[in-house]
Amino acid sequence: MIAFDYVRPNSAKAAVDAITKDASAQFIAGGSNLVDLMKHGVVAPQKLVDISRLPLNSIEQSGNNIRIGALCLNSEVAEHALIKEKLPLLAQALNAGASPQIRNMATVGGNMLQRTRCTYFYDLAMPCNKRQPGSGCGALKGYNRMHAIFGASNSCIAVHPSDMCVALAALDATVIVAGSKGERKISFVDFHRLPGDTPEKDTHLQKGELITAVEIPVNDGFAKHSLYTKVRDRASYAFALVSVAAALDLQNNTIQHVRLAAGGVAHKPWRLMAAEKYLKGKSPTESNFKAAAEAAMSAAKGYGYNDFKLTLLPNTIIHTLKTIAGV
Amino acid sequence: MGKFFERPLVPDDLDRVEGKEKVTGTASYAAEYDVPGVHYGVLVNSSIAKGKISTLNTREAERSPGVVAVVTHLNRPKIPFWDNPPEQQDNKRVEGQEFRVFFDDTIYFDRQPIALVIADTFERATYAASLVKATYKKESPSTNIKNNLDKALTAKQAQDYSRGDKDALKSAPVKIEAQYTTPFQVHNPMETHAATVVWDAPDKVTVYNKTQATKIAQQDIMRTFGLKAENVIVHSPYVGGAFGSSSRVWPEEMAALIGAKKSGKPVKVMLRRDEAFNMVGYRPTSVQRISIGAQSDGTMTGINHEAFGSTSQYEKFAERIVDPTKALYNCANVSTSYRLVPLDMSTPCWTRGPGETSGSFALESAVDELSYALKMDPLELRLKNFAEKDPDNGKPWSSNYLKECYESGAKKFGWKNRNPQPKSMQKDGWLLGMGMAAGIYHAGRSPATVSATLRSNGTLLVQTSVADTGPGSATIMTQIAAEAMSIDVRKVEFQWGHSTLPPAPGQFGSQTTASTGSGVYDAVKALQKKIAGMLSGKQGWAFSGLPVEDISFADEMIVDKNGDKVSYDDALKELSVKEIKAEFESKPTEEREQYSGYSFAAHFVEVLVHPETKMVKMNRVVCAVDAGRVINKKTAASQVYGSMVWGTGIALMEEGILDHRYGRYVNNDFANYHIPVNADICHVDVLFTDKPDPILDPMGAKGLGEIGLVGFAAAVANAVYHATGKRVRDLPITLDKLL
Ligand SMILES: Cc1cc2nc3c(=O)[nH]c(=O)nc-3n(C[C@H](O)[C@H](O)[C@H](O)COP(=O)(O)OP(=O)(O)OC[C@H]3O[C@@H](n4cnc5c(N)ncnc54)[C@H](O)[C@@H]3O)c2cc1C
Repeated sequence: MIAFDYVRPNSAKAAVDAITKDASAQFIAGGSNLVDLMKHGVVAPQKLVDISRLPLNSIEQSGNNIRIGALCLNSEVAEHALIKEKLPLLAQALNAGASPQIRNMATVGGNMLQRTRCTYFYDLAMPCNKRQPGSGCGALKGYNRMHAIFGASNSCIAVHPSDMCVALAALDATVIVAGSKGERKISFVDFHRLPGDTPEKDTHLQKGELITAVEIPVNDGFAKHSLYTKVRDRASYAFALVSVAAALDLQNNTIQHVRLAAGGVAHKPWRLMAAEKYLKGKSPTESNFKAAAEAAMSAAKGYGYNDFKLTLLPNTIIHTLKTIAGV
Repeated sequence: MGKFFERPLVPDDLDRVEGKEKVTGTASYAAEYDVPGVHYGVLVNSSIAKGKISTLNTREAERSPGVVAVVTHLNRPKIPFWDNPPEQQDNKRVEGQEFRVFFDDTIYFDRQPIALVIADTFERATYAASLVKATYKKESPSTNIKNNLDKALTAKQAQDYSRGDKDALKSAPVKIEAQYTTPFQVHNPMETHAATVVWDAPDKVTVYNKTQATKIAQQDIMRTFGLKAENVIVHSPYVGGAFGSSSRVWPEEMAALIGAKKSGKPVKVMLRRDEAFNMVGYRPTSVQRISIGAQSDGTMTGINHEAFGSTSQYEKFAERIVDPTKALYNCANVSTSYRLVPLDMSTPCWTRGPGETSGSFALESAVDELSYALKMDPLELRLKNFAEKDPDNGKPWSSNYLKECYESGAKKFGWKNRNPQPKSMQKDGWLLGMGMAAGIYHAGRSPATVSATLRSNGTLLVQTSVADTGPGSATIMTQIAAEAMSIDVRKVEFQWGHSTLPPAPGQFGSQTTASTGSGVYDAVKALQKKIAGMLSGKQGWAFSGLPVEDISFADEMIVDKNGDKVSYDDALKELSVKEIKAEFESKPTEEREQYSGYSFAAHFVEVLVHPETKMVKMNRVVCAVDAGRVINKKTAASQVYGSMVWGTGIALMEEGILDHRYGRYVNNDFANYHIPVNADICHVDVLFTDKPDPILDPMGAKGLGEIGLVGFAAAVANAVYHATGKRVRDLPITLDKLL
């Protein structure tokens, strides 16, 4: 058997200490991704630091921010009254992910750090720079139907599979992390990274840092006009081919503020800044939405099997915006 | 209604006789037998699809804690049939050389087993398996059928077919011609394949496995190891789904047999889900070209169907892909051909509606295309070409209520509300499409032997080796026995799924009810005759000397012409016997040869397609089925529900995908190989004609296991076309093909 140590510290500080001391130690929260990866032999931590019972599981509002503890379960967040009322986009995105059973295990922090679902990453007999740097990218010229159209590199065209993170990127969340040197804040859109030449790194988190919470600013306009659209191969329990999180702050038939992010299209949840910029100050019409979708796609690139995303994403952006605006 | 089961003794909605065991977890499946001292075998699989093993290092695995043996081609025991094969091999399951696990260093397919690691716990065996290291001499694999059509071969059972004039359609005023493809589809039964093996003596073995035919498993094992039939005991009463994937013996059984022999321990091998994709059969991929010609009134004047199906490099597996084309429509000029394309994969195998499912997708899509070319309603077109007798051989149908299926299905569905124009209908902002298709599946019957025993406690024991892989066969056999005997159904004990019981055919080809059901019926009748003879032979009472024809069985009593009666238990007491047993081999009659037997179906499907994202939703389904008399309403409807669910998967999402550069699966798990979830399934109305077939068997039943799948995918594709104006000819209809 593959032996590993297991510890369950009872404070965040002790958890960080346990990890910092040990190069191959890893946090485990719900385990719904990590255990799979261990079974497949993709990762083999020698020590698991179980954080699932740390008291980082409250959801509260202070001032204009809602703070969600990193160990809140995906299902708790999705069903929480405050979230449903103030951040319906986040609740929708969470409910679009996985299955009720998995959402009952999965935590907010674990969801952010789930690894890609690229099959070349999972199959040890295949090349994958993310799993084994320097071995090549199996997907680049292989079966890449699920893969990235934005920000990919020749080293890696994998996507980040999370639904929740697309909503958090759209909502301008901030990630709060604790490390051996104390706490720091990372803006959500800068939390995950692009693959470049080092696809083995998914995020800007430093070794030993523990995610303790995410903070999300509240905007009542967005709460009224937001929608998460997930397009997938079956009605439930499938990862997104593409997804779109959109929120509009509409006043006097004018888009005051807009947030747009896409999932299933990049190594990170992808904020569609160009489209946002285009829409700001304009009226919510189908032709404006079409132009915004076009702006969103300017840097997109297909790799063969995923070329359809070049059509599917703009269609989904337009559909989502039209639905929100009721046009 | 003239039902077979009129009497209250035998309700026609009897609950599954093994239902309680299954839902309470007391039913033991192949990997669940509590065998003392059992060890766990975990396979090591090749990481290449073609080539040779150069080195195989098992040293570390052998030293790993708990490991008792590591079996490879280098150290396996001698296997008589493989090492010294006889010149003449008959009774092959498939034309060619069957796969022999751990035989030599050749790799024929990706993830081929190259070693079995046996340890005292599953976890230790799993870990040790990860320590086995292999190197290979790789060759470049061919797994793409489209690139290899030029290498196609003809199989013995797949000869070219032609009736009438092959060129007739050339001069047809209306003509369509198109190419259709279907992907690899994997059975993926809930229970993955498993075997637990105990060598009771060097020449005697007990196998607990998952099989659709204990007798086939028994024969193959006894042949391979040179054993006597009675020394190979196969138990497989509970099977968690099979769909054709357990119709022959596979590496999990052979590896467990070899491993148990080598280690001297009982060994259990259960496949992981990823292993069940390319080792235990699958539905082969196909490329099909169809042309149909018609007169402007819709009369079909010619059909040409050319099919290519994949097989392995070592066996020629042929299915019945062009069969529906031969028999469904009254067309004088039909030609078909079927070629096999060998690929570097394991051999495919029977998969629910084997051949008919893929072939009917092409045929019934093409007929839909023809209807648009003719500007004719697709249902009307089918009725116009309805075959009053079997157009293939001119024989009358044993029974054919397809017209009634069309009519009742169309009515229930509301087909007349369909606007014939594609892209013309909408619902809640989604595009709405209605499509239909027909299905045909041959109604088979094979010899089956069954024994029936009346016991002194008044119960009837019925025994045969038939499998019940889930359709409810044990329940149906119980009902048939009760009806034939005239006994309360609760007093019937049915035993099945063991090779020690009288021989019945395997559970495939939708023929269990017709074959084994007839066997049950005939065995009970033989038993009654025997009892009557004994009663008449006994001196000094009411029945003495009566001709046996004058003694009948009704309402749990034995009755003579004069109204004298005796109960079953009293009869045994009178005769001073504990039990009376009769065994009977039931065979199809000769009369049957003069008829053509098929089940039929008409499928009506409504889909919704999202105008922007092109997501497809099943909205409504009506399946009208002529499967002869329905013996159990519940299990019959479940068969059609199951077909509809799988048919939805085949139409919209199922696809085994390989990276052809490596010849390796890239979606061999349930996250990536999509099968429908509950949310994908819509309301289904199942309508049965429920009219007995007078020819095929005493119950009047025809096959039901597969007919629900034949034509279904085409009905979905036709509905999608009607919704979108886009014809998808390559399954599955994923949304990217509609953008
Ligand atoms: C079958 C299946 C289907 C799925 N479908 C979807 C889907 O459709 N959409 C979707 O979005 N997701 C989906 N998921 C993924 C699921 O959302 C993730 O598995 C889950 O969110 C991970 O959370 P966890 O708490 O179980 O993480 P774990 O598995 O415990 O951990 C994951 C990683 O995060 C690290 N980690 C966890 N918490 C912290 C922390 N607080 N600080 C620092 N590091 C931490 C761990 O060390 C590990 O590396 C699916 C998963 C499965 C198994």
